[in-house]
This record gives sequence, C-alpha cells and structure tokens, in this order.
Amino acid sequence: MSNVSVDANQSASNEQPQSSNRRKFLTVATSVIGGVGAVGAAIPFVASWNPSAKAKAAGADIEVDISGVAPGQLIRVMWRSKPVWIVRRTPELLASLEGIEDQLRDPSSEQEQQPLYAQNRYRSIKEEYLVLVGICTHLGCSPQHLADGAFAEYAEGVPEGFFCPCHGSKFDMAGRVFQGVPAPLNLVVPPYQFLTDTTLLIGSDA
Amino acid sequence: MNGFLNWIEQRIPMMRVANQHAIQYPAPVNMNFWYVFGFLATIVLVNQIITGIWLTMNFEPSAERAFFSVEYIMREIDFGWLIRYMHSTGASAFFIVVYMHMFRGMIYGSYQKPRELLWVFGMLIYLALMAEAFMGYVLPWGQMSYWGAQVIVSLFSAIPVIGPDLVIWIQGDYVISGATLNRFFALHVIALPLVIVILVFLHIIALHEVGSNNPDGIAIKHKKGSLAEEDKTKYKIHEYYTDKYDIADDIVPFFPHIVLKDLVAFSIFLGGFAYIMFFAPEMGGYFLEHPNFEIANPLKTPEHIFPVWYFTPFYAILKAVPDKLFGVLAMFGAIAALFALPWVDRGSVRSWRYRSGLHTWNLIIFAIVFIFLGYLGGTPQADWKIVASQILTVMYFGFFGLLWIYSKNEKTKPVPERITK
Repeated sequence: MSNVSVDANQSASNEQPQSSNRRKFLTVATSVIGGVGAVGAAIPFVASWNPSAKAKAAGADIEVDISGVAPGQLIRVMWRSKPVWIVRRTPELLASLEGIEDQLRDPSSEQEQQPLYAQNRYRSIKEEYLVLVGICTHLGCSPQHLADGAFAEYAEGVPEGFFCPCHGSKFDMAGRVFQGVPAPLNLVVPPYQFLTDTTLLIGSDA
Repeated sequence: MNGFLNWIEQRIPMMRVANQHAIQYPAPVNMNFWYVFGFLATIVLVNQIITGIWLTMNFEPSAERAFFSVEYIMREIDFGWLIRYMHSTGASAFFIVVYMHMFRGMIYGSYQKPRELLWVFGMLIYLALMAEAFMGYVLPWGQMSYWGAQVIVSLFSAIPVIGPDLVIWIQGDYVISGATLNRFFALHVIALPLVIVILVFLHIIALHEVGSNNPDGIAIKHKKGSLAEEDKTKYKIHEYYTDKYDIADDIVPFFPHIVLKDLVAFSIFLGGFAYIMFFAPEMGGYFLEHPNFEIANPLKTPEHIFPVWYFTPFYAILKAVPDKLFGVLAMFGAIAALFALPWVDRGSVRSWRYRSGLHTWNLIIFAIVFIFLGYLGGTPQADWKIVASQILTVMYFGFFGLLWIYSKNEKTKPVPERITK
C-alpha cells in the first residue's frame, strides 16, 4: 500500500505512476462493470414501453362466427382497434376479378401485404371469403365499400370495389390497388385461419 | 478532435466548468465516509426523476383511476413493479441520506460561517423534499394517502381566522378529493422537482464558493501569500481558487479522487437499496404502509394513522402539544430551529473533534431524541408515549437552547493549523 502515496505525488508531477498497468486494468475493469450495470438498469425502462399485458390482451386474436354472412355481404369486426372486413364473395364477383387485372398495380400480390397462403388472385384461403384490414395503404383512412354498380363511377366497368374518400384510392374486391391512385400497395390481409367451416380466427395462422 | 473541442469551448465553457467544479476543485484530503451522502443524495434525486417520469407515463391522476392505474403499473406494465419500487424505495432512501448529510453538517460545524447560506439552501431543499414526498404519497390514492392528506392539510386549519377557508382553498373542494389529487400531481411532477433541482444547483454553487468543510473543520484555503511554496498543494487547482487563496497541501482534486471514493459508497448503498427493493419494498410497513393497499375511503379512517417514517419525529412533536395551534407551531418550529442553526451556534470552532464534551453529548443526545421521537410518532398511541414525547420535544428544543448558551464561551481544544500537520 505504500504505492498509494507515491502515486499521488507522481501523478501530481505528471509522471507515469509505477503501477500504471495495474491502474489501467482497474480503470478498465471498473468501467466495464459499471457499463454492464448501466445497460442492465436501462433494460426495465426500455422494456416498460412495450405493450402492457392489458394492451396485449386487447390485441389478442379474435374469433368470428361467419355462419350468418350472406353471399355478397360485408361485415366489419374490430381487431387491434382496426376495422377488419370479411366479405362473402359471389361466384360472379370471383369470376370478374381476372378481367380487371390490367388496371391493377400488383395483380398477383407480389408485395408482401398478405400471408403466403393468401398470395393468390383472390388473396384468401377460401376463394369465397375475403379477409382484409380496412385501412388504406396511402395515409390510413378506412375506404368505403361500394357495391351494386356504385363503384363503376370511379372505375369504368367495375361494379364493386373499395373507394377511399380521403384521397381517392381504389381497390378491387380482393383488396388489390388500382393504377393511377395515391395508394402504393394492396390492402393488408391479416393472418387468419378457419377454426371450423364457419368460424374464423383473426390474428394468427395455423 | 482537439479543434472540435476548442470550437465548442469557445462557445460554451464545458471544460472550464468541469475543471472549476470537479477536475481542479480542491477537496480536503481528510473527507471521511460522512462525506458520501451528498453524492448519494444526488444519485437518488436522479433516480427519483427518471423513475418518476416513467411512472407518469401510466399513472392517471384522478380520484376514479389513480388507485387502479397504480395497480395497472404493478401488474400489467413490463417491469412496472420495479420502476415503482425504485421510486418508493428511493423516497425513503432520499431521507436516509439527507438525514445523514444534515447530521454530518451538524457534527463538523458545516453550517458555521461562512457556510450559513449553504446550510439554508440545504434546509430549503429539505423543506421542498418534505412537500414533494408528502404530495407523492397522496397520489396512489390509498387509505393512508387519503387520511394522511386529510391530517396534513388540516394542519393549516389551526391558523387563526383564515385557517378553515385556507384548507378549502388548498383542497379545491370541501373534502380531500380528485381536485386535490390533481393539483398535488401537478406540483409533485413539475413544480417541486423544478424547485428542488434549482435549489440543488444553488447549493452546489454556494458550496464551491465557500469550499468544502472537513472533519477537522479547518480551512484548506489560506490567505494569499501566507503559505510557503512547499506547503502549497502540488495538484493543479483551478485559478478561480488559487487566484484568491493559497491552497494548502491538504487537498486532492474532487475528480477523480473524491468521486471514486463516492462510487465505492454508491456500490455499497446500491446493495442495500437493491435488497430492500427486491425483497422488502414495503419494509414491514415503514416505506409503504399497509393501509395504502386499500383504496381511499372517506368514510373510514384506518385504525392507526401515522405518516411515513421520515415525518414521524415532527408528527410526535405535533401530538405532544395538547393545543391545536401550538402543536402546529411547535412542529414547524422544530424545522425553523434547524434553519436558524448557523446563528444559534455562536462558537467559532466547527468540528466536534475540537469542541467541548458538552457539545459532543448535546449532539449525540439530539440524534437519539430525534430517532426516539420518530419511534413515538410512528407507533400507536399510548398514555406513556404522550408524556415521553413531551419530554423529548423539550429536549429537542433544548439542544438549540443549550447550544446557544454554551457556544458563546465554550471551552474548546486547540485547533490545528493544517489538516496534515
């Protein structure tokens, strides 16, 4: 311990202390341990910004009974506080989807806006049932469902589709975006699965 | 890199401030463990501010939601329990280190000339801290929050004439209510922390102007030209100090010497803090009182009601006086007496090391009286306790009375000229 007083005098006169290696080691060791402590202390503060148990429960998967949905009907359910549309498409409507593909931006769903199992013309697991997150991919408004020829006003010869009132983006009945509108991408298909023939689980897939 | 640092330095004097207040600040070489509590108080203040900010992210300051939002923090936020316990344990830790810090000032005479204002700033911090702690304790809106607020706010009703109206004004309602909770929240999270931070800043500025005291209570700064060259410190000390004084070879630079010593104390402190936080966050009902786990109920006072431990000495003084107005006056007088300490003590020798045996015993008995008053104020009522707290209240004030009397012509020991000689 006699080193201590020697060190004090020497560092005062700006000379290298005799035990500079030991001192360097202690400085580095202390800094490293202190740094580990600081990072450890930061973890709870960072982690507490994650969704709470309550938010996770509110964002949990939802089960939807679709036995009462008539052909041609659209129902809206809420999943993670977002509108989710479930449409039961008629065979005529399904047949019409192919004919408009030259007007679409991404007709074969190459952009990852859907789970793999929905990467097809109908963007669905079962052709009949379309499941979409009803939020426009432009700036987040919820588009309107225009049926029975009302959509033809915005897209010639297409009787039914989704029209966003905010900035005029248009989507077909598979949620595919038309060319020449502000929205860049198709509507999002959420992960979902059929629990039974008439029960959907939205939020996770099989 | 050096060019960049110079560019900054010419625009904001970062290195100059770091040098003047840390790297080239002269700290007496004989500072002992009593000198770590200021550093620890700063650490706890930072802890309170950071955890406090995080708690406000989920706390809801309304009578309907406050209690449940605290439960929500405890149960549903990731690590919410830890952040809240850091805050609640930090509140008690704050008072532990502040009481140690204050007692250090008393035994080594750190309040004496020229450090009177330094002491007064410290007392103002203590006062603001008590208000901050009280209002923070109301926020969870448990039974103790509610009834504690009821008792403390009712103290103001003892003021003649305006008292009752003043209480209604403070409450913002005819009872302690959501309105009271909301304004206490605003004061607790914005107003008082701001006041405390500013006061801490002033406390440190005042400290560095007059210089740190030490266990010998003797100056390390000597009149310019009074020290021989070999008696001056060999360390590089900022011109701010050396221009005005000769700095004796009794010092070390604050950084890194004192900071490293403080860090050792900090790691020991952290061990105790973590133990309480993880294994005994309620500290047997002393840090978080059991009735506070029940939501505030204006129709039912808890069986035993006392403030948190750090207020209990003053609470005992309040209860000792069998008159409402004089009880309140005695309680505030107990704090006012501490404010007046630099002028009550008429001696010129600072440290108890060189003062009379009477002074040493006076200090020791004062500390025991303070702790025992705390016990009396924090345990259920009993007849003997009233008598005991009356005796102890007299002894509490007796400390100041005795000090004032004997300090005028006190028989002190010879004080050394230098710390290291």
